[in-house]
Amino acid sequence: MNTDRLNVTFAGIPMKTPVMGASGTFGFGVEYSDFLDLSEIGAVISKGITPLPRAGNPGVRVAETPSGMLNCIGLENPGLDAFKRDILPRTKQMGTPIIVNISAGSAEEYGQLAEALDVDGVAGLEVNISCPNVKEGGIVFGTDPKAAAAVTGQVKSHTKKPVIVKLSPNVTDITVMAKAVEAAGADAVSLINTLTGMAIDIRSRRPLLGNITGGLSGPAVKPIALRMVWQTAKAVQIPILGLGGIACWQDAIEFMLAGASAVAVGAYNFVNPRAVQEIAEGMAQYCEEEGITHITDIVGALVV
Amino acid sequence: MKYVEQAEILKNEAIIPAVWQMKFHAPQIARTARPGQFVNVHYDGGTTFLRRPFGIVDTSTEGTVTIIYRIVGTGTEELSRLHPGDVLNVEGPLGDGVFTTSPGKALLAGGGVGLAPLIFLAKRLDHPVVLVAGKTAAETFWTRFFEPYAEDIYVTTDDGSQGIKGFAVQALPAIFQEHAIDRISVCGPTVMMKTIAEAAAEADVYCEVSMEKRMACGIGVCLGCTFASKIDGRRHKVCADGPVFPAKEVF
Repeated sequence: MNTDRLNVTFAGIPMKTPVMGASGTFGFGVEYSDFLDLSEIGAVISKGITPLPRAGNPGVRVAETPSGMLNCIGLENPGLDAFKRDILPRTKQMGTPIIVNISAGSAEEYGQLAEALDVDGVAGLEVNISCPNVKEGGIVFGTDPKAAAAVTGQVKSHTKKPVIVKLSPNVTDITVMAKAVEAAGADAVSLINTLTGMAIDIRSRRPLLGNITGGLSGPAVKPIALRMVWQTAKAVQIPILGLGGIACWQDAIEFMLAGASAVAVGAYNFVNPRAVQEIAEGMAQYCEEEGITHITDIVGALVV
Repeated sequence: MKYVEQAEILKNEAIIPAVWQMKFHAPQIARTARPGQFVNVHYDGGTTFLRRPFGIVDTSTEGTVTIIYRIVGTGTEELSRLHPGDVLNVEGPLGDGVFTTSPGKALLAGGGVGLAPLIFLAKRLDHPVVLVAGKTAAETFWTRFFEPYAEDIYVTTDDGSQGIKGFAVQALPAIFQEHAIDRISVCGPTVMMKTIAEAAAEADVYCEVSMEKRMACGIGVCLGCTFASKIDGRRHKVCADGPVFPAKEVF
């Protein structure tokens, strides 16, 4: 693929394309090596890492819903030490930047995690303050602007890496959160995380998910995500990583027109494991057809 | 190596009204698939979002792959409406945890659609003993798929309408008496796998089980299908580390 028109620097991280694999849907990247040329994609955003290993939630964790899915994984991950010892050496061989998604139980813990990951092989951090499936940490920080700013401040003061803060859509006004983390020093924001939802088996009268509620993702959430990216782009100066329901290159272009400087593919990776690469190829083709010199020319180019 | 293939459907027929057999052309998957592995399929013209996982029933040197599926919801209902010539998007072969195929006398025990992957295993073994468990005689049609490969086939039905009356595990004493079984491979409802695993442990016979869990990705990234090993507590992914595990890891 000719990516001359697609190479970007997002939050200080140079990438061959502006299309990344979203946290929680892309493993640590290496799982996709049979399906795509990892060195040709924008970046890998890792599964959320916590200070200690987490087993995640019991019971059924995924359910299909119209044009999307619910999940309540609950941040299952091997923990910081196993990530650094067993996984990081492998991700260094991918030839693509890996942004490590982090989650913790307090602002101080977020800071400690950031410091422990200020190491070679980590391109940047994505701070998860928006997981709807865990009781402590996650969304507790993502719905309170003061707490979100405190977490961002702690992370920023403990790392030299670029810091992207991942915002929750489960708030009244996402721009309030975006402005709070921008003021606290975030280098970029990513949005949206999943929307809290649920589904019920009407015969057993039980929830489909073990955790009762879960996070909704997939094409069903795209119009909401797009609207929030557009609103946020008008409210902050820092770059936006847009995600939520992207399933084709046309979706990705929409996010960039709305103001995203880069995009990530989430649940659709489960449907098409080649999506991250195919979407970038489609974007390159679009640039050529539209006479666009470089993909960054369309960021925020929405005509209203 | 995992592949994604645009697979032309060659055959899609009901065996009984609720259970269908589909054959499609997916030569890369057919060439490399091992017993126990599965495919994750998507019909791009359908209404469902996620892929659906199915155990591989057979492959051929002509590059075909066969699956058998039960109609349980929208995804499988839509699959049953496809015709030869329609194209299915097939990802596979998936799963690093496969059935044991080393020499020895194996007992393959299955219930319901769990018997499907055992057909592929039977074909690769030297005359295994097979145990087919069903609720009634209407669900024991599976025996005909095993006849070309099996040394002996036992049948149990819950209502006694065919074979031994009772659950699968109740056939084990007779099987152990009549055959020198070295290992058991089981795929079926959880209670069936658990009871057989316990009976196997008691008889000091190695037992492996093929797990089924809700999953989204099939390649070890979504973590929808994980469980903790009963041996050491380590987390396993059914899709990537399995679907076949030593029974001692599971029960």
